[in-house]
Amino acid sequence: MEKLMLLGDEAIAQGAIDAGISGAYAYPGTPSTEIMEYIMNSNDAKDKHIRTGWSANEKTAMEAALGMSYAGKRVLVSMKHVGLNVAADAFINSAITGANGGLVILAADDPSMHSSQNEQDSRFYGRFAMIPILEPSSQQEAYDMMIYAFDISEKFEIPVLIRIATRLAHSRAGVEQHTSREQNEIRLPSEPKQFILLPANARRRYKLLLRNQAIFEDASEKSSFNVYFDGSDKSLGIITCGIAYNYLLENFPDRDIPNPILKIDQYPIPRNLVEKIYNSCDELLILEDGYPLVEELLKGFLATGKKIKGRLDGTLPRDGELTPNIVGKALGKEFEETRPIPDIVKGRPPQLCKGCPHIYTYEALNDSLLEYTRGRVFSDIGCYTLGALEPFEAINTCVDMGASITMAKGAADAGFTPAVSVIGDSTFTHSGMTGLLDAVNDNSSITVFILDNATTAMTGGQKSSAYGKIEDICMALGVGKDHIHVIDPLPKHHDVNMEIFKKEIAYEGVSVIIPRRECIQTVARRLKMAKKIKEVHATK
Amino acid sequence: MKRDIILSGVGGQGILSIANVIGLAAIEAGLHIKQAEVHGMSQRGGDVQSNLRISDREIASDLIPKGQCDMILSVEPMESLRYLPMLATEGWLITNNKPFVNIPDYPEMEDVMKEIKSIPNNIAIDADRLAKEMGSARSANMIILGAASPYLGIEIKVLENAIKKLFKSKGENVINLNLKAFGMGKHIAEKKL
Repeated sequence: MEKLMLLGDEAIAQGAIDAGISGAYAYPGTPSTEIMEYIMNSNDAKDKHIRTGWSANEKTAMEAALGMSYAGKRVLVSMKHVGLNVAADAFINSAITGANGGLVILAADDPSMHSSQNEQDSRFYGRFAMIPILEPSSQQEAYDMMIYAFDISEKFEIPVLIRIATRLAHSRAGVEQHTSREQNEIRLPSEPKQFILLPANARRRYKLLLRNQAIFEDASEKSSFNVYFDGSDKSLGIITCGIAYNYLLENFPDRDIPNPILKIDQYPIPRNLVEKIYNSCDELLILEDGYPLVEELLKGFLATGKKIKGRLDGTLPRDGELTPNIVGKALGKEFEETRPIPDIVKGRPPQLCKGCPHIYTYEALNDSLLEYTRGRVFSDIGCYTLGALEPFEAINTCVDMGASITMAKGAADAGFTPAVSVIGDSTFTHSGMTGLLDAVNDNSSITVFILDNATTAMTGGQKSSAYGKIEDICMALGVGKDHIHVIDPLPKHHDVNMEIFKKEIAYEGVSVIIPRRECIQTVARRLKMAKKIKEVHATK
Repeated sequence: MKRDIILSGVGGQGILSIANVIGLAAIEAGLHIKQAEVHGMSQRGGDVQSNLRISDREIASDLIPKGQCDMILSVEPMESLRYLPMLATEGWLITNNKPFVNIPDYPEMEDVMKEIKSIPNNIAIDADRLAKEMGSARSANMIILGAASPYLGIEIKVLENAIKKLFKSKGENVINLNLKAFGMGKHIAEKKL
């Protein structure tokens, strides 16, 4: 069978389709977005009537997935690592309810923060919830693991977390497709009360989860994804997690590694296999992308045992993603000096597109705040975060989805008025609405700019849950009708716009200004599509 | 046989079209391939690169080790220099010499070209001009690919088939223009040999 050239994300998606999911839920976030995009565009998924589409946020996605599992069907929910923070309440509790239909949660981590505000390691969430975790080392393994993940989710009646990192998510390789499974029939959980987490039930369910830890660990010991390779040089044993294994191999072109290796791709950590490598080697080197989770556990707080090398003792850098060279250095390899980057090469940060509607909005916002002291603009996660850079330098914060509104409120409550928030349309319905309700209920003196470009732009133009609903939502939350303005962010309307900006910024209460103009990228795509359709009709 | 290639440029310049042709060709040639891409609109207008690895043996890492890259294939001259620490001593630097100026401190072109020419194996082509003269301004990337073609370790015919496959949906005319652009780049590189 011809191999498919798939991104890690796409291998996950195809694996889920072939494992017999009935639905997929997600909120876009780099590097996880292509999972849902692939399923949405898959004819295979359409033929099988698999439910697809973007949720308002990761929590609603996680809960919908849990509901589908409750009904006995298999379901995938995917998100970026910080999305799991948003979904955490439902995620942690899903370990207590357990799963009925197979439930797989995919978290895509971003070590080195290519496109994120932190590099948190989702394996800690898996350990926190006490559920099995899988961490593929290749695109093929990502595909294979999806089938296996749904198997163990149903066998152990537990959600399973799959953790990938950017380098796997966004790298393409050949993948062999080998399974096509029917979907489940609707079937209620065997234990009728397991999803009612009243304390009495929850205590019982928690004890079951604790008892099942031994079963999960046993599965890790026997898993074909955890492999022990013996070696003759016992002075050092090497434990790898996920894609770190590839960087180890890369340093041995003939794959003749003299040391014993334990490749861990399934958690809980297989205790017997770890003991075996620990007892047979003088020292251990732990290679893992992200935080030093395995290293910390093996080392222990007092570090009284054998020497454990890794990110904590400086053998590897404490932060950032691993690379073949970093791993090579940890193995004592010397690398020749390579050519430096010439001094004339200048940084080229990403920037707002030519013709982006945010450009005018930031210029006008800067103008309208000239009469106040600086540092008043609380912003959020999206393309418009680039407003922090030159030439705009228009925003002062960017923390997490929705924080623009609530941080502005807190600052205003402290007496720092006027306080302005800048948030995108999709981010507003993701996590901004509840904060706006808080501000209305407190009559906090904030002006909220909801930059409505009718899409989730930064991740590539996915459908925004806010589309066509923003004014109604603001009004329903209690923002006064007279203090909600939709403006056209174009220089030719500057005088009218400035009057509105200045008046509402000075207003002591909650006001909302909605600069509305479609994202230049989605416009271009739409026009291209229209042209194509026209051409097709013309040739008919 | 292995070729480790870094494709570079500015977000929106379409480096992935080059990667896709090489990828399709590598599959047809029965080679292993790994291709790490940069995704997300956040990269628009910023520097972007892709690590493309092809080999007759199984490939381990998605990332190319430093100093082992066989070729930097760039659609923008300053961007071709950003990845020099990755390039092997004997590696090729092949680039479009048309600058994409979207930063205030873009260096003098003379200095950029001096750096490019200091790499023993270099090819710098005004692909934008050639493509325009050819009547297909959008085929500049295929000229660059053509210039790389003698060094890719893949038969020219297989690469041409890949171009046909990639542009299949765009019709005969687009295919032919891109094949012509590819041939033009190949011709320039062969003159260098």
